[in-house]
Amino acid sequence: MTMLLVVAGLRGQSISDTSIDHLLARVQSNSDTIYVVNFWATWCHPCVAELPIFSSERLNTLKYPTKVILVSLDFKNQVDKQLIPFIQKKGISHEVFLLNERNPNEWIDKIDKSWSGAIPATLIYQGRTKAFHEGELSVAQLLDLINQTSH
Amino acid sequence: MAFALLMISEAFAQVKVGDKAPDFKLVNTDYTQLSLSDYKDEAGVILIFTCNHCPYAKFYEARIDKLHRAYAPKGYPVVAINPNDSVQYKTDGFSHMVKKGYEYAYLLDNTGVYKAYGASKTPHTFLLTRVNEGFKVAYIGAIDDSPQDANQVKVRYLENAISAVMAGKEADPNLTKAIGCSIKPF
Repeated sequence: MTMLLVVAGLRGQSISDTSIDHLLARVQSNSDTIYVVNFWATWCHPCVAELPIFSSERLNTLKYPTKVILVSLDFKNQVDKQLIPFIQKKGISHEVFLLNERNPNEWIDKIDKSWSGAIPATLIYQGRTKAFHEGELSVAQLLDLINQTSH
Repeated sequence: MAFALLMISEAFAQVKVGDKAPDFKLVNTDYTQLSLSDYKDEAGVILIFTCNHCPYAKFYEARIDKLHRAYAPKGYPVVAINPNDSVQYKTDGFSHMVKKGYEYAYLLDNTGVYKAYGASKTPHTFLLTRVNEGFKVAYIGAIDDSPQDANQVKVRYLENAISAVMAGKEADPNLTKAIGCSIKPF
């Protein structure tokens, strides 16, 4: 279990690294929770524009509790200068991980074989069931995606 | 609904390895029009959909320069195509492309060539080789296995593919997954 804690920022704000394997182990572990995993980056304008949908009240009205995990593809040297200030400024309360992977050819397919590797991309996990969407989403589309895994 | 249809049509448009490479005619940074068929005296073309704003494109900029210098003399010049409309990112605009002053062609795709190739992000690389009637696709995907750090590259996917085709063999792997920024087309 390798979770590096990158401690930075004035108030001890920290972002944890995650590998794809570690992320998948986490989101496949609990079928009573709907995991909403979004791949994004502070430098990706469409990613930033869609972030508010993950705070929609509609996510609190589902049959199962939802857990949003934002996986940032920002770069290690941007964590202090860009990622943490962004999270603080936007008041993002979701869990944020920094993706710690070197070779996209090895991990993109683990998320979804149809994924071209472009962000944003959103993944829904509930237990063993999964739904994947490449590209931006509206709240309505997010709920539709979640419906694809509901049981 | 329209969004879903776009995704489906793009899935069908993706060229596969072995397919004929679609020709194009686009504006170059020297203000002339350039076609793929203008390269008919070359052994092939390293076609890279890339842009100015994307951090991944920036990571690869120096490596792409090196590829052109190494392989243009061997008959495989780089041809770069920017498929982005600069509405989303001003620095993807044509004047910024011109300022780059690349040694290789850097074309503006305002006609949807990226769709004909099935390019889905920047950078997205297609190695083309000359065949009788034009060019065919020999490799699609990533330049190497380490976008963020050139010093950590272990496998040079594209260069291995070039070596293979130069030796009359098939690229293996001929398809890899690359990370990049989504395309904002005209």
